[in-house]
Amino acid sequence: MNPAMTLDALRPGSAQITEPPGSAIDVAHLVKLYKTNRAVDDISFRIARGSITGLLGGNGAGKTTTIAMIMGLVLPTSGKVAVLGHPMPAESAQVLGRINFESPYVDMPMRLTVRQNLTVFGRLYAVQDLRARIAQLASDLDLTDFLDRASGKLSAGQKTRVALAKALINEPKLLLLDEPTASLDPDTADWIRRHLETYRRSRNATILLASHNMLEVERLCDRVIIMKKGRVEDDDSPQQILQRYNRTTLEEVFLDVARGRNREQAS
Amino acid sequence: MSLMEPQIRGIALHRINAMVLRYWYLLVSSWPRMLELIYWPALQIITWGFLQSYISQNAGFFAQAGGTLIGAVILWDILFRGQLGFSISFLEEMWARNLGNLMMSPLKPIEFLISLMVMSLIRLAIGIIPMIVLAIVFFKFNLFGLGLPLVAFFCNLIFTSWSLGIFVSGLVLRNGLGAESIVWTLMFGLMPLACVYYPVSVLPYWLQLIAWCLPPTYVFEGMRALLFDHVFRPDLMLTALAINAVLFIVSFASFLGLLKSARRAGSLISGGE
Repeated sequence: MNPAMTLDALRPGSAQITEPPGSAIDVAHLVKLYKTNRAVDDISFRIARGSITGLLGGNGAGKTTTIAMIMGLVLPTSGKVAVLGHPMPAESAQVLGRINFESPYVDMPMRLTVRQNLTVFGRLYAVQDLRARIAQLASDLDLTDFLDRASGKLSAGQKTRVALAKALINEPKLLLLDEPTASLDPDTADWIRRHLETYRRSRNATILLASHNMLEVERLCDRVIIMKKGRVEDDDSPQQILQRYNRTTLEEVFLDVARGRNREQAS
Repeated sequence: MSLMEPQIRGIALHRINAMVLRYWYLLVSSWPRMLELIYWPALQIITWGFLQSYISQNAGFFAQAGGTLIGAVILWDILFRGQLGFSISFLEEMWARNLGNLMMSPLKPIEFLISLMVMSLIRLAIGIIPMIVLAIVFFKFNLFGLGLPLVAFFCNLIFTSWSLGIFVSGLVLRNGLGAESIVWTLMFGLMPLACVYYPVSVLPYWLQLIAWCLPPTYVFEGMRALLFDHVFRPDLMLTALAINAVLFIVSFASFLGLLKSARRAGSLISGGE
């Protein structure tokens, strides 16, 4: 057995879990039908461990549904998803303790203080030395001043940082983020991005993020998957995509894709 | 960052504790929530208690079986508040749009449901204990005077309340907050058939057949047998327990089915109405 594949901690419910080799996320021919609407239409991709991948696309492109299917919150109509080598949702019990997510579609309980929320989620994930972990996150994400304030009384930026703290509470090997810097001022957004980069490097974690912020994707991501109408429109490194579309920014590429200009027309 | 935690058949106590802690934080953070738990049961017992006092002064039948009405009110509240305590804790997750966080965490559905059962007991205790004290102080009715049969009454009622709570929570999970009103009204639909304040024999024959399918009917009949005839009827309690076991299994299976259906329909990310 490759020692690098052995997790450094014992997990609840198992003697010792070994991570199967391979990609962090493996999506094969994934389809999601809501009645007659094809929200996701036969997409396939693999995401390498330790990478940051951006999922780009306009509203209704299928990004959130794709992420929700990866997490097991939504069942695919057909196709397969494997996370950290385990098929989802069949083996979700072996995966859920090692992944986490943040989404604008999900809130933290508003009446609970930030500390109480982090305590509850820390306990759910069986985090060892929880007080120290919360103190660490509070320091890293600048939450110390409002740790004992009700989560509902925070500004949008503060709420995003708290949601990120919750997403990092179990030091996930895979982090799924849906619009992680939406509603943040440029300074805070930049600060969050730096934190994510540091986290990825220090833990060799895999990050998949859906975003409308092209600068963010350009800066953070090793790879970009562009979705449109439920299908993968393009999939490559940001540099390769810019070159292919003969554009200087991903925002221009995004507009090309959104307005139906193909690579040849764009160039 | 994780550690080995005790588990019983794959059910992790630390996750149940985490959820109970979450609801406890919520409860103690809001005095109106706490007050509401005590207010309605207290109002119930005072109203019905005075009614019982008035009737027993004027009707020999009720004077014979002092406390029948008050006993019925308290036992009904155990059933009603038990279900509400369960379902409201579940609704808190819907209102807070927190269900996605929970469903994506290692928390298992059975652990979630057990934490809701624990919370229903805690909420019930907060509401019922003052009610029992008021009944003793104002109306000289001591529920604990029912003795050991009270344990059988309580267990049967609480099992029914959990079964209904589980089923209704599944419906809300699947259909969103548009189905919330079922939480508040379902139990009242059962009330006439459960024969809370009158014997089953009052019902037309065909309704009696339906009434005997409901575990609470056996409990209220058992209570009347105890107060009127001073006889404990274990046969009624055992039958209620058997029906409760079936009801509980069916509710749990329905919850899992509705959860799967919610995942298929994408309700867990859309939440709302």
